[in-house]
Amino acid sequence: MNVTTAIAPDGTRGACVDSRLTVPGMRCAGCIGKIERGLSALPGVAAARVNFSAKRVAVSHTPDLGMDDLVIALQGLGFEAQPVAANPLARDDAETRRLLRALAVAGFGMMNIMLLSVGIWSGADGITREMFHWISALIALPVVAYAGRPFFTSAAMALRYGRTNMDVPIAIGVLLTTALSLYETVTGGPHAYFDGTVMLLFFLLAGRVLDAVMRDRARSGIAALLDRMGRGASVIGPDGAARWTAAEDLVPGMTMLVAAGEALAADGEIEQGKTMIDASLLTGESEPRPAGPGDMVHAGMMNLDAPVRVRVTAVGGDTVLTEIARLMDEAGQSRSRYVRIADRAARLYAPAVHSLALLSFAGWMLAGAGVHQALLIAVAVLIITCPCALGLAVPVAQVIAASAMMKRGLLIKDGSALERLAEAQCVAFDKTGTLTLGEPLPTTLASLGPGERGVALALAQASRHPLSRGLASALRADGVVPARVEAIVETAGIGVRGTFAGESVGLLRPEDSQGLGVDLVIGQRRRRIAFADRLRGDAAATIAELHALGLESSIISGDGAAMVAQVAARLGIPGRGELSPAEKLVELERMKAAQGRVLMVGDGLNDGPALAAAYVSIAPGGASDVSQQAADAVFVGEPLMPVAIAVRGARETMRVVRQNFVLAIGYNALAVPLAIAGQVTPLIAALAMSASSLIVIGNSLRLARCAR
Amino acid sequence: MNGLAFLIPIALGMGGLGLVAFFWAMRHGQFEDLDGAGMRILIDENEDEAP
Repeated sequence: MNVTTAIAPDGTRGACVDSRLTVPGMRCAGCIGKIERGLSALPGVAAARVNFSAKRVAVSHTPDLGMDDLVIALQGLGFEAQPVAANPLARDDAETRRLLRALAVAGFGMMNIMLLSVGIWSGADGITREMFHWISALIALPVVAYAGRPFFTSAAMALRYGRTNMDVPIAIGVLLTTALSLYETVTGGPHAYFDGTVMLLFFLLAGRVLDAVMRDRARSGIAALLDRMGRGASVIGPDGAARWTAAEDLVPGMTMLVAAGEALAADGEIEQGKTMIDASLLTGESEPRPAGPGDMVHAGMMNLDAPVRVRVTAVGGDTVLTEIARLMDEAGQSRSRYVRIADRAARLYAPAVHSLALLSFAGWMLAGAGVHQALLIAVAVLIITCPCALGLAVPVAQVIAASAMMKRGLLIKDGSALERLAEAQCVAFDKTGTLTLGEPLPTTLASLGPGERGVALALAQASRHPLSRGLASALRADGVVPARVEAIVETAGIGVRGTFAGESVGLLRPEDSQGLGVDLVIGQRRRRIAFADRLRGDAAATIAELHALGLESSIISGDGAAMVAQVAARLGIPGRGELSPAEKLVELERMKAAQGRVLMVGDGLNDGPALAAAYVSIAPGGASDVSQQAADAVFVGEPLMPVAIAVRGARETMRVVRQNFVLAIGYNALAVPLAIAGQVTPLIAALAMSASSLIVIGNSLRLARCAR
Repeated sequence: MNGLAFLIPIALGMGGLGLVAFFWAMRHGQFEDLDGAGMRILIDENEDEAP
C-alpha cells in the first residue's frame, strides 16, 4: 500500500492509504458514477477512482477505515467487490510503456527523415543533399540510440549466453547501416540509409508493442477474474468484533468466521458450527462432505452450508498446498524450454543473411570494386534482408487472433501459448469444474409444480447460499416468475422462511444429510430438491469438435472412480479417477509418450502441477488463482466450446504466420538479387520495406474471423 | 533555400511538439482506462442536485 498525504473530505489532514478492489459487476457509465459518488460520500474516504478497463476501483482513505468497510459499502451500492493486492501487474505495464515511448520516438524520427528523403529522391543534390543528410543524421542518431535500446539489450543478452535470437541480426543491421550512412554523410556520398534504419526500427517496435499489449490485456482480464478464492478472512478479535484480514496477515491461533459460500484463506480446525465442505478445488472430489467441530479444513476449500468459526492452525505452510506448489515449480521447468517460432526462424535466418552480406562484400571485392563500394552493397543487402516484415509477421497475426478469441470469452496469455496450442495432439480434461460447471444445480426440478416453483424462486433469490443461488438461476432460466412471498427471514445454517398466501413456506436444510439437497416446505408438504454438479451444455459437442480436429480427449480427475466412469461413459471417452496431483503428472507423462503433446484443461488447485507440466493448458474462469496463473489461456462463461475454438483458431493463426513468413521471404527473394547487383537505392529499400509490411498486416487481418 | 531555413525547423518543431504531448499524456495516465474515458462522458454530474 502506498501512503500518501491527502485531505479527507471532513477537513482532517492525515496519512491516507490506497486500497484497490476489483468490482467485476460494473458494466456502464452509471456504474462508474454510482461507485465513485457512493464511495466518496463515505466518511474517511478522500478519493475514489474507477478504472473501467481493469474493472477496478482505487480508494484513498484514512487508515481507520478497513477493507471490509469498503466491501460492505460497495455491496450496499449493489456491487460485489473483492480486495486485491497492490498492483501486481505494475512491472509488465512499465515494459509496455517503455516500448510505446520508443515507438513514439521512432515514429517521430521516421516522419521527419522521410520528409527530407523525399526531397533527396526528387532530385535535390549538391549542397542541399548534403545538408539534408546532415539533418537526417542529427535526427537519426539520437532516435536509433533511444528506440533501438530494446533490441540492443536483448541481442547483447543473447550473445552473452552464446545464443542467437531475432534481435541479433536486427541489432547488427541497424548498427552497421547507421555507421555506414554516417560515413556517407561525412564524406558527402550520394546514399544515406537513415530513413531505412529508422523505418525498420519503427515497424519492429510496432510488432513488439502489439505483442506486449496482447499480454497485458489478457493478464488484466485474468486479474479481474482472480480472487473468488480466500484472499483474506473475517477474523474475530478479542472484543468479539469481526475484522477483514488479508490472507498474508493471518497467523495461527486466530479465529476466522467463514460465512456460507466463502472460501477458506488458511488451514484450520473447526471450533464451532456444522457445515458441508466442498473440497473439489483441492482434491477434485465433487461430493461435499460434512464437517463439524474438531475437523480439519484446508485453504481453498469452500464452505457451503452454514457459518463456522475456524481456529487457524497453519498459514501457507500446509502440507497439501506446499506439496502442490513444489510440484508446480518442478513441472513448470519444461515449458520454459519452448522456443518461439520467430526465434526458431531467426536461427536459420540470421546466419543466412549474414553470410549473404559477407559473400556480396567478398564478391564485389574480387570483382575489383573498392572497399567502400563493396561495403555499401553489403549494407544494402543487409538492410533489404533485415527481418522487417518478419518482425511483424508473428505478432500482428497473434494479436488479431487473440482479440478475436477474447470476444468469444477466451483470454490467451501470450503468443507462445497460441503457438503451442496449435501443436497440441491430445487433450486431458479434469472433470469437476471443467467438464462440469463445478457448482451445484438442482436435478429434480421437473417434479415441482408451477406454484411450487414460484415459491422456491422467491425464497431462493432472497439468499446468498450457494445452493439457493444455483436454484434461483436454474428457475430463472426456465422463465419462472417468483411468487409473492412475504416476511422472508434467513437463518444461517437452517434456511429461508416466509409466508405465502397465509401458509408458512421455507427452503430448509434437510434433517438427514443424504447427499446435497434442500427441502422445499409449503404448509405441511415437504419436497426434496436434489442438487448435483451438471455437465457443461456443449461438453459432448466440444469433444466431437476436438475429435474432428484430430485431438483425442480423456479425463484425468481426482474425483471418485465411479463418478468419473459415469461422465466418461456419457461422453464416450476414456477416463481415470482418484488421481492425486502427483499421479496426474505421471498420467500426463504416459499420455505424452503414447499420444504426443498434451493440452491440459483443468481448474482445481490439484490440477495446478498438471497445468504447469502439460505442453499447453487452459483453465476455466471459475478456476482457482493458482490454476489460472499456471494455465496459458483462460475461458470464461458456461460453454466449453472455447477450448475447441482455441485449438482451431491457433492452428489458423499459425497457418497465417507461415504465410506471412513466405510473403516476407518472398519479397526478399525479389529484392536481394537487386541488392547484390548493387542496384538498390534508399528509395527502393524504403518502398520494398513498407510494401512488404503492409502485405503482412493485410494478410493477418483475415484472422479477425478465426474464432467464429 | 531561404524557405527551407524556416520550414525545416517548423516541421521538426511540430513533430517534436506531438512527441512531447504523447509523453506527457503517457506520464499523466491518459491511456490507463481507455474504455472508462468513453463512458465517463455519459455520467450525469448533476444527478445529486436533481429535484
